[in-house]
Order: sequence, then C-alpha cells, then structure tokens
Amino acid sequence: MKEISGAQILLEVLQEQGVEVVFGYPGGAVINFYDHLPDYSCRHFLVRHEQAAVHAADGYARATGKTGVALVTSGPGATNTVTGLATASMDSIPLVVFTGQVPTPLIGNDAFQEADIVGITRPCTKHNFLVKRIEDLERIVNEAFHIAGSGRPGPVLVDLPKDILAGKCPKRKAVKASLKGYNPNYAGHPGQIQRAMEVILKAKKPVFYVGGGVVLADAAARLTELARALQIPVTTTLMGLGAFPEDDQLSLGMLGMHGTYRANMAVTESDVLVACGARFDDRVTGRVDTFAADAKIIHVDIDPTSISKNVDVDIPIVGDVGDVLDKMLELLKTSETETKAYAGGHDEWLAEVARWRDQHKLSYQQDDVIKPQFVVEKIGELTRDKNPIVSTEVGQNQMWAAQFFTFTQPRSWLTSGGLGTMGYGLPAAMGAQVAFPERLVIDIAGDGSIQMNSQELATVVQYNLPVKVIILNNGYLGMVRQWQELFFDKHYSSTTMNHAPDFVKLAEAYGALGLRAQRPDEVEPVLKQAFTHPGPVVVDIVVAAEENVYPMVPAGEAISNMLLV
Amino acid sequence: MKHVISVMVENEFGVLSRIASLFSGRGFNIESLTVAETEDKSISSMTIVTHGDENIIEQITKQLNKLINVIKVVELTESVQMAREMVLLKFAVNSGPKRLELLRLIEVYQGRVLELGVRSLIVELTGERAKIEAALDVLAPFAIKDMSRTGMVALARDSQKN
Repeated sequence: MKEISGAQILLEVLQEQGVEVVFGYPGGAVINFYDHLPDYSCRHFLVRHEQAAVHAADGYARATGKTGVALVTSGPGATNTVTGLATASMDSIPLVVFTGQVPTPLIGNDAFQEADIVGITRPCTKHNFLVKRIEDLERIVNEAFHIAGSGRPGPVLVDLPKDILAGKCPKRKAVKASLKGYNPNYAGHPGQIQRAMEVILKAKKPVFYVGGGVVLADAAARLTELARALQIPVTTTLMGLGAFPEDDQLSLGMLGMHGTYRANMAVTESDVLVACGARFDDRVTGRVDTFAADAKIIHVDIDPTSISKNVDVDIPIVGDVGDVLDKMLELLKTSETETKAYAGGHDEWLAEVARWRDQHKLSYQQDDVIKPQFVVEKIGELTRDKNPIVSTEVGQNQMWAAQFFTFTQPRSWLTSGGLGTMGYGLPAAMGAQVAFPERLVIDIAGDGSIQMNSQELATVVQYNLPVKVIILNNGYLGMVRQWQELFFDKHYSSTTMNHAPDFVKLAEAYGALGLRAQRPDEVEPVLKQAFTHPGPVVVDIVVAAEENVYPMVPAGEAISNMLLV
Repeated sequence: MKHVISVMVENEFGVLSRIASLFSGRGFNIESLTVAETEDKSISSMTIVTHGDENIIEQITKQLNKLINVIKVVELTESVQMAREMVLLKFAVNSGPKRLELLRLIEVYQGRVLELGVRSLIVELTGERAKIEAALDVLAPFAIKDMSRTGMVALARDSQKN
C-alpha cells in the first residue's frame, strides 16, 4: 500500500469534511502541512496574527453555519489562538483549530516553541486532542469536526506534533468518529413540549426571549412563524439579533443592560417567558431575583447545563430548538381554532407593549457634531436592500450597532457577545467576506478596538477582501469612559485615546482606501463612497466624544431600572 | 451537604485533569477523588466526594456529563451507596503494655497489622468514614508517626434497584 504523510492525511480528511477555507500562519512545527497545501483544493488565507486566524474562521462560521478552520504553528502560534478560542467557546461557534506541536519525543522538555496548548485551552474549548500516534490522526480529525458542529457547537483544538505531520503511514479509509461519552440529544421531549404549549396558550402576557441558539440552529424562520401565529412579542439577546425581523410589529428589540425600554418592561411584566436558545446571561437578567419574577419560565436549550443554571425554570425542554419549534408548530396545526382565538385574545398586552414602544424610543439628538447612532442608522438606511453582514468590535460601537441597525436576517451579525473581545470585528468581517465575496461586509468599530487587530488590513488588501471598516472615533475607550462618568465621578483614568494613529493614513499605508467624515453632512457621501468602492476601505468618522449608550441598567440592578438619558 | 458522585470515564491521558479543571474553573469543591481502571481497561471509574446544595450538585452532574470523555455519571445518595475508605498508620511503639493496648484497640476496629517491628507498627484500617474517624480519635494518643489515607470508593447497592 502506498504510504502518505500525516500532513497529507490531514489535508485529505479536511477535503472529505468539505473544508474549503483555512485561515492560518506557518511555522516550523507545521511546515510539512504547508509543504503539501498547494496540492489540495482548500484555499488558505495568510493572516498577520494567529488570533485573527481564529476570529476569521469564527466570522466565516457565523456567516455560513459551517465549521470554521484555522491552523497555526506551535508555541506562540498556539498561545495566540487562546482569545479566539475563548470567544468562540462563549458564543458556541463551531471551529476546528489545528496547532503545531514539538515532536512527540520532545514534549515536556521545554523545547523551542513548545507550549502545553492542550492544557492551556482545556477550559476554553468544547474539547481538545493531542495526536500521539499517526494511526489516530484521521479518527481524531473526524471526531473534532463531529464534536465542533454537533450538539451545542463549540471550538475544538487538535494539537499536531511535528513528527505526526512528517511521519508516514498507510492511510486507513473511513475511520469514523467513535465517542462513547458524547451523544447530544436533539429531539425535544413531546410531553414537555405539550405542557409548554398548554402554558403558552393560557398566557395573558407572553414574551419570547430568543438567543443565539436560534441562529445557530437555523431556526429563525420557524421562530418567526410561531411568534406571528400566536401574536407573541419577541425580544432577542445580543447574540440573537437577526433571529426575528426587527421591522415586525412584534419585535421588542434587544433586552438587557442596553436593551430597549419596551423589551425590558415586557420581560419584567410577562406572565410566561419562553426562552429559546438563550442562557440567562448576567448582562441579560440584571438582578436575577427580579428577572421575569412573576413569569412561568419555559426554557428550550440543547445544553442541559444551561437550564436552571442562573434562573429556576418551570418547564425545561432539552433539545434542538428547531426540532422543538417544529413540534410546537405541529401542535398549533392540530388546534387551529384555538390558535386563532389565542392570537386575537391578548390585545391588551400588545397594546401595553405598544405604549412602552412609544414611551422611550431609542433616540439621540443630532446637532452639529456627528452622533455615532446617526452613523449606524445611516449605514442601515444606505444598505437596506444590500443584505449586508455587520460585524462589530466591543464596547459602545457594538451596543450602538446592536441598537440602531435594524436586523432582519439571521447570520448577518457577527459580534463577540459572551467574551466581549475587542479586536474581533475586522478579522471576523474578513472571514465572512471570504465566504461571501459578493456581499457587503461592514465592521462597525471604535478607535480603541480597531487598534487591537488593525494589522489585518494587510490581509484584506492582499486578498482584495472589500471589507468596510467604519470607525466611530470618539477618542476614548468609550464604554469604560461611560462607566467612569456615571459611577466613578468622571475619573477618566487611562481611557483617553490621545495617541491614535491617523486612520486614513493607516489605511493608505496598507494599500486600502482611507476616508474621513468630520461634519454630519459628510457622513452620507463618505459612506456611499465606501460602499461603492470595490476594495477594502477604512472610514474614520469623528463622532461626539462623550456620547453615552442608553438605556443602561447599572450592573446588578433589575432590568426595569433603566437609566434612560 | 456531602454528596458522592460515581463517574465512568474513558481511560485516556488528560481526563483526570479535565475533571479537576472543571471543578476548579467553576468553583466546585472536591473533598476527595479516587480513580482506577475498571475490569474494562478502556474505562476508569472515579468516586468524587463533594459538597454543595441541590442546585450545585445538579450543575456538577450536568457539567460532568457534558465532558466528552465522561461516559456515565451517577449520584450515589447515602441510602443506595456502599462506601469505604482506607487508612495506613505507622506507630512508634516499643514492645510493652502500651503496644498490647494498641493491638487490642486495632482488633476492635478490625484493623490488620501489616508490619510489626521492634520499635514500630504499621496498621491498615478499612471501613466507612465514620468508623475511620472514630478509630483515629481513639488511636490519636498512641503517637501516630505517619499516616496515609485514601478518599472514598463507592458503589451503588444492587438491592436498591428493585
């Protein structure tokens, strides 16, 4: 039998797994992989920092629903992936990250570029592997993809010693994953679903609370159908944006710390709260004992550990949220008259929700200085018919994007929700642009965050990925400054960014187009120019320096207790 | 409250560390942990003694189940478990009345003398935790020179299944 190397086995299995794109960075430990790479069909994108390789694979995964793949070398290459892995782990994003490792006989020897990356990443991966025998390589790679993409998705790391990649063995065909202890439950329990529907159909003040799980399960359409059939208002988490069209009358917008007034009030006053693929994160619940205190809580989640972790649940349903919604819709079809009667039977609640909508709308005062919210609204307005993908960095830019962009499509919103990773937006946008070269991909950034991974401008220029980076430049680390203003007596300690680069020149230095807007009337023409330019663009928009994100629920308070202006 | 959790895991390198880091990362306590191969060499059995309220124990069992290498998790309540601990004790005692008294007490606790030297004595005691604790109290005045104690090993009783 013909012998092939570990690197070739890896590349063949990647091909069989349908991997079309790898984001990576070479090094001594993975040189064999790079030696064989050109012989295979998968495309490789050379990033400028390994963290960006993982974020790019993450953005690719969020936008497509496929598992993202990154490959880096050992030691520092591997440790640079940690933030990317933790980001994906918190947001349940399917990734397989391959790291080089020193040859097996040297492991534990403090060899050059050695790091115990399996030990380091154990708590921030869904699972990880060290391949110790070339015979195990194929099985482990298949298991890694199986684990990453099934159940509650997540990142999996596979550590590949150099002698495994360089070593030879006869390739064993079709070694499938075999995992005794891993068997995620997809089918929701019919009895529990029946009980849940009975409770929902008796509710006077029902609310759907929808998280990223609905996006990940590709269940947005079913959720929308169910909510409309029953006329139940829907609030989404930061991760759930796009799971329900925000231009629908039933949309409450986002809930939580920077949620809308109507969403936070509706959840607080609800009598039945149906949580779908959401995990009662502290940024959502605020003070836990006041969160939907009078509501019966129904919680649909594929991960049993999410249920009753933070909030006691009345009706838990473990399963794929798409499967559960299917079964709920099925039950509605068998009792159509009841459904219709119900849908028309809680007008009072809908009227109350509508009153809240009119009371404290998301708003801002646009004067002679550019307001960041105005920029986000403009971006939305100018791209409405273009089905754009929007990524963000973390902080005020992220919250304004979440609040003022009207999301109508799932998988069009890339943001680091759980970990809150500054520097995520540009590489994530890059990954999404690789997946969808024809779509408009926009990174809404801050002047602080963009500096955390701005080296990737070189990557987007090299591969002509026409990502549009819109910097809301307020000269501050704005969200921390906002906390300092509100809770620390305006003590702006270390949040002033007074040595940022000239972003227009920075863009030009990398070979991208740099644009700037300083007055409100410049915003629209500059954005139009950016969106029609065929290549990557950085737009530096000088916005009001001390604008705050409102509403805001102070940490640890009830979500009905909002600072409104 | 104290809880005993029996965990079947794949017998692979790094599994113990995954379990230990799950406990430390989520702020759960481990009072004791024992691990050994089972009759099937690809599977190890762990007995973990931990404490916490009902919600914490529920989270612990769920989180353990979530680990890829964990095959089965069973919480052993006191009524269904058969549990034992072992302690090895070294005493510095010369021959004489003191030694005779010690040997008598060891007999009371069904201990076994593993080594009898001129100036020392090594003894094995096995039993439920309460018995071990009681024996240690009684034996404390006898100048225990050295001691090595296991955590708990436990099995579900068969009779409780019906």
